[in-house]
Amino acid sequence: MYDTIIIGAGMSGLAAGIRLAYFDQRVLVLERHFTIGGLNSFYRLRGRDYDVGLHALTNITPKGSKRGPLARLLRQLRLSWDDLQISPQLGSDIVFPGVRLSFDNDLDLLREEVAREFPLQIDRFDRLIAEIVEYDDLDESHQQISARERLAEALTDPLLVEMLFCPLMFYGSAREHDMDWGQFSIMFRSIFMEGLGRPHAGVRLILKQLVRRYRGLGGELKLRAGVQRLAVEDGRVTGVVLENGEEVAARRILSSAGWSETMRMCDDGAPVVSRVPGRLSFCETIASLDVEPHTLGHNRTITFFNDSEKFDWSRPELPCDLRSGVICSPNNFQYGKPLDDGTIRITALANFDYWRHLDEHDYRLEKLRWYDSITASAVRFVPDYRHRVVDTDMFTPTTIVRFTGHENGAVYGSPEKQFDGRTHLENLFVCGTDQGFVGIIGSIVSGISMANQHCLRE
Amino acid sequence: MTAAEIREEILDILEAIAPDEDLSNIDDSVNFRDQLELDSMDFLDIVMELRKRHRIQIPEDDYIELASMNSTVAFLEPLMKDIQKV
Ligand SMILES: Cc1cc2nc3c(=O)[nH]c(=O)nc-3n(C[C@H](O)[C@H](O)[C@H](O)COP(=O)(O)OP(=O)(O)OC[C@H]3O[C@@H](n4cnc5c(N)ncnc54)[C@H](O)[C@@H]3O)c2cc1C
Repeated sequence: MYDTIIIGAGMSGLAAGIRLAYFDQRVLVLERHFTIGGLNSFYRLRGRDYDVGLHALTNITPKGSKRGPLARLLRQLRLSWDDLQISPQLGSDIVFPGVRLSFDNDLDLLREEVAREFPLQIDRFDRLIAEIVEYDDLDESHQQISARERLAEALTDPLLVEMLFCPLMFYGSAREHDMDWGQFSIMFRSIFMEGLGRPHAGVRLILKQLVRRYRGLGGELKLRAGVQRLAVEDGRVTGVVLENGEEVAARRILSSAGWSETMRMCDDGAPVVSRVPGRLSFCETIASLDVEPHTLGHNRTITFFNDSEKFDWSRPELPCDLRSGVICSPNNFQYGKPLDDGTIRITALANFDYWRHLDEHDYRLEKLRWYDSITASAVRFVPDYRHRVVDTDMFTPTTIVRFTGHENGAVYGSPEKQFDGRTHLENLFVCGTDQGFVGIIGSIVSGISMANQHCLRE
Repeated sequence: MTAAEIREEILDILEAIAPDEDLSNIDDSVNFRDQLELDSMDFLDIVMELRKRHRIQIPEDDYIELASMNSTVAFLEPLMKDIQKV
């Protein structure tokens, strides 16, 4: 009998596992896939190392900082800052027609940029920042306020509003067209006020640290162990039934599989309370270059672009939305030594239904076609690198479903979050994407806080 | 454990929770929260570490007793008097 079974060996599940194993629980993490990492795993292809997702870690505060999510999670997992070997970004841009705002891990740069490009807005921008600093991320009542309404009051230049929304939505909005004010404030702080960074070895370094920690504390991990259903008796879960039929008993379950996905696993016949599923998914192109991007004149860490004055954050009608995107070069961080390969990755919004309905032959052709279109769209905003490409990869919304089981390939899950992590069953809880915090740092914090709140107090 | 030993133990726990923190100048009469920037998650950890190390259960209503070093030691003394320092 396990004290806690955790469904999913992504960031949130592993972080929760560390907390529970540290405090001597018998814990089992069950992962359907043959490897750990979920939405942010890693793989090797034709002799090169790739990360599935990682552009950058958010919330990067310098070593020694005591505040903020990064400091909090290091303390909670008993990791030291050096364990994650994070190198800060070189600097990133938000590019709209005729306007470019640069930012780095020091908010002053963004302030100067706003003052230069939007001189009439800077006082208002400062007041907005003061309000965001004040925002209490433990006060859930703020979550319901529309960030668009709030920003329309705070700033009077709609272009600046769009330019601020673009990176924050790309890196963490499950909702189309808008964000909750709470989520906006959290994302603003994590990207503009704290900052971006990356370990030289990429996401594998983070995952290895988490798994080593977890196993070192006696935590158990089973791969290729998909949970098929949750056995329910009298309003309690008694255990799980795996896809191979095996049954495992536990006193409680913490699931990172997603809200609806978890509800559907309950075999108590209770109607699944329907929730608006997330609709926002991505295509991502990855190009390996035979040179470092800076030799082509590209030294930006992330370039968020939009080719008109209005930024449209919604599921595209077309297979991919070519009007906006995120261009990332993993090379452009302040490392001590260069990476082996030059790499440029581009993220674009994508339509899950389109990609899902293709047969294998068409899927392959469409991938090639849209790889080219996305890249052609991006090189309007960064130096053309296409003549230096030596290898490519690409993934689509269906890849995301295959690797994580998230409905619709919705990277940030459902727009409706379950902030308290509770379900209709007294000993079943959710963490990760659908609990409320997204991104790598966010989901780790989610795993920790759900483990603390629901699995450690008794 | 004596009061002095309990104090040592609490310092040890604080060091585990906040390894980068300088604990040598801690003022026993001042709230931890004010001098160490501990948040509610960290307070839960003090409780959890005591449970892990010494099997002491502290009910949630008593968490406020852990505000400063002085109050913590005073609160723990009767609970830990029979525990041997290892
Ligand atoms: C393309 C892309 C780029 C991204 N870039 C960044 C970035 O640069 N920076 C950043 O901070 N974040 C980024 N993210 C977001 C980040 O990866 C996620 O927010 C985070 O990893 C979510 O973690 P999680 O633990 O909540 O969920 P997941 O990672 O989805 O973990 C859930 C796990 O549960 C498993 N599972 C599901 N159902 C079952 C079942 N029935 N039985 C057993 N196991 C099951 C899944 O296989 C999965 O491993 C990106 C995501 C994508 C897709």
